[in-house]
Amino acid sequence: MPNMSLKKNEMPVQDPNVRNKNFQEVALGYTEDQTVDEANRCLSCKNKPCVGGCPVSIDIPEFISKIKEKDFEGAYQIIAKSSSLPAVCGRVCPQETQCESKCVRGIKGEPVGIGRLERFVADWHNANSTEAPSAPAKNGHKCAIIGAGPSGLTCAGDLAKMGYDVTVFEALHLAGGVLVYGIPEFRLPKSIVQHEVDNLKALGVKVETNVVIGRTIEIDELFEQGYEAIFIGSGAGLPNFMNIPGENLKGVYSANEFLTRVNLMKAYKPDSDTPIKKNTNVAVVGGGNVAMDAARCAKRLGADNVYIVYRRGEEEMPARNEEIEHAKEEGIIFKTLNNPVEILGNEHKFVTGMKCVEMELGEPDASGRRRPIVKEGSEFTLDVDCVVMSIGTSPNPLIRNTTKGLDTNKHGCFIADENGQTSREGVFAGGDAVTGAATVILAMGAGKTAAKAMDEYIKSKG
Amino acid sequence: MYRIVRKKVLNPTVTLMDVDAPLIAKKAEPGQFIILRVDENGERIPLTVADFDREKGTVTIIFQIVGATTEKLNHLNEGDYIHDFVGPLGVASHTEGLKKVAVVGGGVGCAIAYPIAKKLHNLGCEVHTVAGFRNKDLVILEDEFKACSDIMKIMTDDGSYGTKGLVTDALKELIESGNRYDEVIAIGPLIMMKFVCKLTKEYDIKTVVSMNPIMIDGTGMCGGCRLTVGGETKFACVDGPDFDGHLVDFDEAMERGTIYKEFENRKREEACNLFAKEGK
Repeated sequence: MPNMSLKKNEMPVQDPNVRNKNFQEVALGYTEDQTVDEANRCLSCKNKPCVGGCPVSIDIPEFISKIKEKDFEGAYQIIAKSSSLPAVCGRVCPQETQCESKCVRGIKGEPVGIGRLERFVADWHNANSTEAPSAPAKNGHKCAIIGAGPSGLTCAGDLAKMGYDVTVFEALHLAGGVLVYGIPEFRLPKSIVQHEVDNLKALGVKVETNVVIGRTIEIDELFEQGYEAIFIGSGAGLPNFMNIPGENLKGVYSANEFLTRVNLMKAYKPDSDTPIKKNTNVAVVGGGNVAMDAARCAKRLGADNVYIVYRRGEEEMPARNEEIEHAKEEGIIFKTLNNPVEILGNEHKFVTGMKCVEMELGEPDASGRRRPIVKEGSEFTLDVDCVVMSIGTSPNPLIRNTTKGLDTNKHGCFIADENGQTSREGVFAGGDAVTGAATVILAMGAGKTAAKAMDEYIKSKG
Repeated sequence: MYRIVRKKVLNPTVTLMDVDAPLIAKKAEPGQFIILRVDENGERIPLTVADFDREKGTVTIIFQIVGATTEKLNHLNEGDYIHDFVGPLGVASHTEGLKKVAVVGGGVGCAIAYPIAKKLHNLGCEVHTVAGFRNKDLVILEDEFKACSDIMKIMTDDGSYGTKGLVTDALKELIESGNRYDEVIAIGPLIMMKFVCKLTKEYDIKTVVSMNPIMIDGTGMCGGCRLTVGGETKFACVDGPDFDGHLVDFDEAMERGTIYKEFENRKREEACNLFAKEGK
């Protein structure tokens, strides 16, 4: 009998007033009983609408039916057929706009907690499976992957499984891309990312850290070295600023810098050599998931007051509801319909405040969201000693400027077709480097599609 | 891991290391930099490439011991390994078409100025070098500079070596005595570069400076290295590190450089205490 409860099993979480002082994972994961109970909410629809909502097309009803039988390893194997990073996706995918948005249980009540089930299965496998993946027989062809983030790792994994000799080049000292420098430990423990990278290495994937493609090695040299197809998954790139006065004061960070110091460089740990400024009142400007991550990190670093300053309303925020709710529970103060106009500093050029104006919403703009308009005479100063700008990124010019024949659009993103093929033969691209800042799972989907296209390309050459 | 193949103490506070990094040695050009991490918990710091040997596959770094990281780095010896070493980063110094150049180096900045002077000399450019140091004990790379300079002037603050005075005094004299430079290249402490630029502005001589702000990734991702050049925000790591000195906001750059001063002092003390204990 299916479980006809209208609500999902609730995710056990750390108490908000405890977790906002530590960097341990917020969501603790379902127990085995909760997992099976939640799986029983799935009606095993024949037409599987949820699968259509998954960028990597995991056979969702199939893995859930294995959970119902308590065959967790079997469930894992079904997910692993489509996803290289299940423990990651179970945590950071916006399921509410993907698989879960298509779930028929969601028509009346809450959809099945597909993400939470995926997470349980992946964690169960990581904890209980002793079988390390083994490298398949090599087919004698070499592929290069640029960037060890979600798209690159996915592409690498799929190619390795097909027998390719795959090398991933990573600019930073650690593989993982945004999974290690951007998403905080309390949302995605770094040990999980490391585990996924280790799995890829067991498949025979080579990871070369400290190599900047476009500087250390150029794309053309990779072809000279015998790589037959190249995938560019170099990520989102350079942080945007607002171009308002005071942005170069001490205490103004881009979200990328703030999060990199905290997550990649572990500035929150006393034994880290990387500093981060101690702050009392922090304003994070922006309304995306990255802004939520930055705000929640700032709180955990000991700030008394952390504000999200966003020029539109909460309805218009691009962040996931879950992230917004978690941030609120942890005491983050939301100042929506507010826009910064100037950052103020003292004689030593440290931030002392941020001048803002209030906004109201007008007619919908090009993005379909109602356009914010300044309220006359509404200027006020927010008392802060740190400002984190989380207003998006623009593509990195390094590869674009050093590779001939690689077309980019007016924003500087690589132009690639639906298979990831760029304007240059043998060069494929995907993830944020193509789309601009988006989600982990979309990048993974692009990496997956490109792997298939690269395989076809190499085979077509004979 | 990157092996240190040679270590040479240049003066009590400045050390040279040749590091085995063949991929970087193959590509490096004067003006570019590397980022290194000494150990597992280390911070990422940028150091400008002081020299490179494409055949041996080594990259030379010269650093002043100023904080915990450089203290730890200086504690490593030949045969030891640096945890991470990545590059070459940044845009190489522009040298094309230059016929006569004054290279001005200050302190450890001379280490960065040297490869550019050498390259210009090899390209047939007339090179006049002015190198400034606090005192005689801190003079570095004198022979190397002499080998690639048509005129070489050493200045010390206390007059214990060369001529007593500032690099700007010597540069002014060279200009006043009729030398017409296509360009002045100034590399050293921000305050020195600021005053060199002030001087050359009076004579309307194009001046290039090499900026060395706080960085993390060095590939454009973090934006921590931003500075104002001609009223616009630039990232030193991808737009520089060389910039038109007459357009750089040095005062802002000096302020930004001090943000972690307290932390750095504390960490340096910790590192020193640790090494003192080990020594016992």
